Amino acid sequence: MSKAILYDATLCINCKQCEVACAERNKLPYSDVIAAEQKQSAHKLTVVVERGDKFMRRLCMNCLDPTCASVCPVGAFRKTAAGPVVYDERKCMGCRYCMVACPFSVPKYEWSKTLPLVRKCDMCADRLAAGQMTACSEACPTGATKTGDRDALVAEALERIREKPEQYYKHVYGVDEVGGTSVLLLSSVPFEQFGYPGDLTHDPLPMLTYRVLSRIPDLVTLFGTALGGIWWITNRRAQVAAVESGERK
Amino acid sequence: MKPEILKPTFWKTVFLVVVVLGLYAAIVRFVQGLGASTNLSDEFPWGLWIGFDVLCGVMLAAGGFTLTACVYLFNLERFRPIVRPTVLTAFLGYALVVVALLFDLGRSYRIWHPLVMWNPRSVMFEVAWCVMLYTTVLSLEFAPVVFERLRMERPRKILRGISIPLVLAGVMLSTLHQSSLGSLYLIVPHKLHPFWYTPLLPVFFFLSAIAIGLAMTIFESSLTAKHLRKHLELPLLQELGRVLLVVLLVYSVLRVQDLYHRGALKLVLQPGYETQLFLLEVLMGLVAPIVLLLFPRVRRSANGLYLSAVLAILGFITNRLNVSITGMEASAGVHYLPKWTELAITASIIAVGFAIFGLAAKHLPIFPDQSWHAPSPRATIRELESPEKESEAVTAERT
Repeated sequence: MSKAILYDATLCINCKQCEVACAERNKLPYSDVIAAEQKQSAHKLTVVVERGDKFMRRLCMNCLDPTCASVCPVGAFRKTAAGPVVYDERKCMGCRYCMVACPFSVPKYEWSKTLPLVRKCDMCADRLAAGQMTACSEACPTGATKTGDRDALVAEALERIREKPEQYYKHVYGVDEVGGTSVLLLSSVPFEQFGYPGDLTHDPLPMLTYRVLSRIPDLVTLFGTALGGIWWITNRRAQVAAVESGERK
Repeated sequence: MKPEILKPTFWKTVFLVVVVLGLYAAIVRFVQGLGASTNLSDEFPWGLWIGFDVLCGVMLAAGGFTLTACVYLFNLERFRPIVRPTVLTAFLGYALVVVALLFDLGRSYRIWHPLVMWNPRSVMFEVAWCVMLYTTVLSLEFAPVVFERLRMERPRKILRGISIPLVLAGVMLSTLHQSSLGSLYLIVPHKLHPFWYTPLLPVFFFLSAIAIGLAMTIFESSLTAKHLRKHLELPLLQELGRVLLVVLLVYSVLRVQDLYHRGALKLVLQPGYETQLFLLEVLMGLVAPIVLLLFPRVRRSANGLYLSAVLAILGFITNRLNVSITGMEASAGVHYLPKWTELAITASIIAVGFAIFGLAAKHLPIFPDQSWHAPSPRATIRELESPEKESEAVTAERT
């Protein structure tokens, strides 16, 4: 069963316990200065974004068909059956195509290091494998962030909207976006206000390049045969011409 | 007496300054990392090195496959005199793209990873393989020149035997590679400005590569005629100019159709940063060279062809920078301008390219008038005595 995170912004009190737990789990520093930072970075894999009295978490969406996994030339990203999208830092050569391609601009880079790596939330893959919740879910005092089976969480999110329609913006972000994600979001205001792209297709983005790439073997054999044929014809024409001019002499 | 290479000239001074700055920038890059040496950021992870050095570098090297296809596959023998300099340009272009990649990759020492760690779903994986394979093909296409110079007949004969399969592979790899640089951006429909995001990106990148391949051949033949006093093959360039005109026209028609069908044509009326750079690209790369080349007088003159080619080249450099930089800025929410270190490294890479071309033009038989093919007995004897005097001997021969 595939796991997911459900974050309900209407329950969030901006205590930043998720940020603290995330930093601890990923062995990253945490301080008042870092707490005040409002964007994700190589040292801050999740952020509670403030817009007035509204809050919204940003973290890796752990897409069902992840763009990062499809674009990485060395296959450093992998979607696990349990849900998390994990990163193998031993493979990464640092082309940063994942950062360009990710529709949520999640992967971040260690710009200040001589030998940098990409950093992103991996949904606490090791903890999930051990049957635990993600660190952020465990730390959340209000239940705004919780871990569970994806299908059950989608049903629960829809149920919450149905029960209190006046409290919610009528959309569970992540159910269909780019083919669905393993992080689901509920909010009282549109998600675009917190920097989430609102115009995403329901088709996974990897289809856009796969449509082209999958035709390459056919095109290569076809094109190769045609070019070879052209060479054969033109070359023969030249040989015939050479022989004829030889005869005339 | 000082050897010729040490005599200071204007261009040698420029070269030295650029390379010294570049070396310093390279030290900053590899000691302190990408953060200290570039203006790249989490918001803007790809800058000048990808936009110019890689995207433009590969485009400017496109003459190699267009011309080898003409001569070897289509048997247009009359173009043979300009094949060697064009293949050299392409080889240098690709070699320098690899050098630029070493600067851009966060962990350059892992550049070989795509060889063993496969992800066939990735366009970048395809790009990586095409760069590796095509650079190899280009070096084999150029190697006969070196073997000829070194009088190594055996390897030269072997390479001549496989020249047709080699050219065929080169044309197909180039087709894949040129178009896949456009395909790289198919994955960012929400990030790239609608002037440039289109499902036809690979087609546009391929078509413009053909155009710029032709333009570069005209450009480089004109330059070598001017500065290295080589014979200018004007009738050939005139023919290339006509083909360039046709390719630019086909590209323009397809581009307008595409913009129209996607409803992006009306965006031209919205004033703004993107519109200005889009218009610059279109006016310089398409309108100006097309209008110029439509005049028979321009098409026939060496200077007219040179001007048209340079405009097309600058226009399509703008196009590649627009796709990779201008078009991505609004969605990233930042303005990107390269840092001096980025510029210094790019400039040195270009400078090294020009220098190697100049040296090769001098010491290798890449132009038809350097007839090492059938040297006169006198030249052969001199050559055996002192290889350095060879070029003098040939120059003396010609005069």
